[in-house]
Amino acid sequence: MSVIQHPLPEDVAVVDTHEPGESLLKRLTSLQSVWILGVLLVIVVFFSIAAGQKFLSTSNFSLISQNVAVWAVLGVGMTFVIITSGIDLSIGSVLVFSSVIAAKVMQAVGGEGWGVALIGIVAALVSGLAWGLLNGFLVAKAKVPPLIVTLGSLSVALGLAQVITGGIDVRAVPEVLTDFNTYIKILGIPSLPFVALLVVVVGGIVLHKTRFGRYTYAVGSNEEGARRVGVRVNRQLIMVYALSGTLAGFAAVLALAQFGTTTIAGQALTNLNVIAAVVIGGTSIFGGEGSIFGTVVGLFIPAVLQAGFVITGVEPFWQGVAVGTVLVAAVYVDQSRRAAALRGAKSSPFRALLSRNKGKA
Amino acid sequence: MTTPILEARGLSRSFGHVRALDNADFDIQRGEVVALIGDNGAGKSTMVKALSGNLDVDSGEVLFEGKPVTISSPQQASAMGMEVVYQDLALAPHLNPVQNMFLGREIPRKGILGALGFMDDKAMRAKAKAGFADLGGTVRAFSSPVGSMSGGQRQQIAIVRAITWADKVVFLDEPTAALGVVQTKNVLDTIKRVRDKGIAVILISHSMPHVLEVADRVQVMRLGTRVATLPAQGTTVEQLVGAMTGALDFSAKEGAK
Repeated sequence: MSVIQHPLPEDVAVVDTHEPGESLLKRLTSLQSVWILGVLLVIVVFFSIAAGQKFLSTSNFSLISQNVAVWAVLGVGMTFVIITSGIDLSIGSVLVFSSVIAAKVMQAVGGEGWGVALIGIVAALVSGLAWGLLNGFLVAKAKVPPLIVTLGSLSVALGLAQVITGGIDVRAVPEVLTDFNTYIKILGIPSLPFVALLVVVVGGIVLHKTRFGRYTYAVGSNEEGARRVGVRVNRQLIMVYALSGTLAGFAAVLALAQFGTTTIAGQALTNLNVIAAVVIGGTSIFGGEGSIFGTVVGLFIPAVLQAGFVITGVEPFWQGVAVGTVLVAAVYVDQSRRAAALRGAKSSPFRALLSRNKGKA
Repeated sequence: MTTPILEARGLSRSFGHVRALDNADFDIQRGEVVALIGDNGAGKSTMVKALSGNLDVDSGEVLFEGKPVTISSPQQASAMGMEVVYQDLALAPHLNPVQNMFLGREIPRKGILGALGFMDDKAMRAKAKAGFADLGGTVRAFSSPVGSMSGGQRQQIAIVRAITWADKVVFLDEPTAALGVVQTKNVLDTIKRVRDKGIAVILISHSMPHVLEVADRVQVMRLGTRVATLPAQGTTVEQLVGAMTGALDFSAKEGAK
């Protein structure tokens, strides 16, 4: 043998020093999300000291969670897509398109009751699903890179929404929807965040516990390998993009309830904000790795910053500066960790120290 | 001699003007390690593809347990109890050994949860552990991502995955390429244990010392046909190289068999 790899002590390198049951994959991912959760807590503590009761109030947190709700629903879909090593730039436009379709349909039917709202919800979901299927089909079957496919549908969906409405927002949202947002609390949580929480929990279970989730990781980790063992890779990709589209349709309903109008001009940066949150939360842009929990934490950072800046009287423009910095820092840390893992080392020097001591004991 | 578990008779396959297989034979017994060697382009890969359902042949026949068969897809080969471990292993680096072993073949939970796509992680873990214990491998970290493991451990995971689903024949494509000394030894030990389980192992390798160490017989291919079948015992690397390059002629022996 002329080829001798760096000497990895065969038995010692990867002995499981941790409790069985919990996978290292989860631990590694949670490491990034735990790290970022720490950042979030630091921000919260900072503003709590700086602004005191005003920041720590229930109303402030309910406002924050309300601002996060729509993005959280989008973030669930985006997490799945990014884990397959794809990207979905179209979610903001699909949201706009779906809300326009839903508003137009509800306008045509007329009325303020749940019946109308239900028809609108179905319309939004179907239009979101349709965009998702189109994206997925182009990515999986036509083999067009996801960045290009979804950049295209971003443009087309927004353009069509503007064509349909003439660029003027539709305000025909039934009262039951806006009332649902304004007045209703479920288990003490405002209704929109509660609904978003449901989506997040179900999304997390599907991603981490079901075969669909497992295949999502597998496709992002080694597409060819997954194909060889019989995973239907194309079908999986189409379904993941369809999921992202459908959730964008659902987010459209939440946005309609929140604002009482379509938000044609208001979603230009939604896609980038959601992608930033997903990546900050530890989901690898290269695929194969990520968690819904991380995404949620990643979403709260910009929202908390914004609320904190407003309360402490800092110009809210600083939010962009802060989020961008956190994004790059998070990915840098993630990269170094990944490189360390590939070298066979533990995920951090501290951890390595721990396990080395365990080995000696 | 007993009936070979897998046998090829007079396989031929052309790609345009290139005769990748030219009336080539092959045979392997249950519980035997047969090394398939030859220079680049001698037809080893084509032979493996033809035997594992990845390639149709122009003429010739394949016999499985003595009966003529047509293996038209890798799925069919799997169903018959044959698996291929490719050189790039086809493992998902972010998934752990258990998840990799059961990828595409997850055990569903019982009842309605299973129908919803929930997986029985406990059962898969137990089965995987048993599989690894059986082979005495050095993989102990069942919840670490495969990507963080050494090349030797990854090879073992791929082999265990293969023999979990194949109880008759396993093809190993260059299992010791790019491995260190200790890792190579572990993989060769693993191959011997697989053989001891009664599984036929077809080993494709360029490494003559490894071939002679682990194989029972060596079948040498040259220009698309089998030019020699030698017992590993008592054969030297020089003889193997001679057969591969055509410097030594074993054709009389081959014909007399």
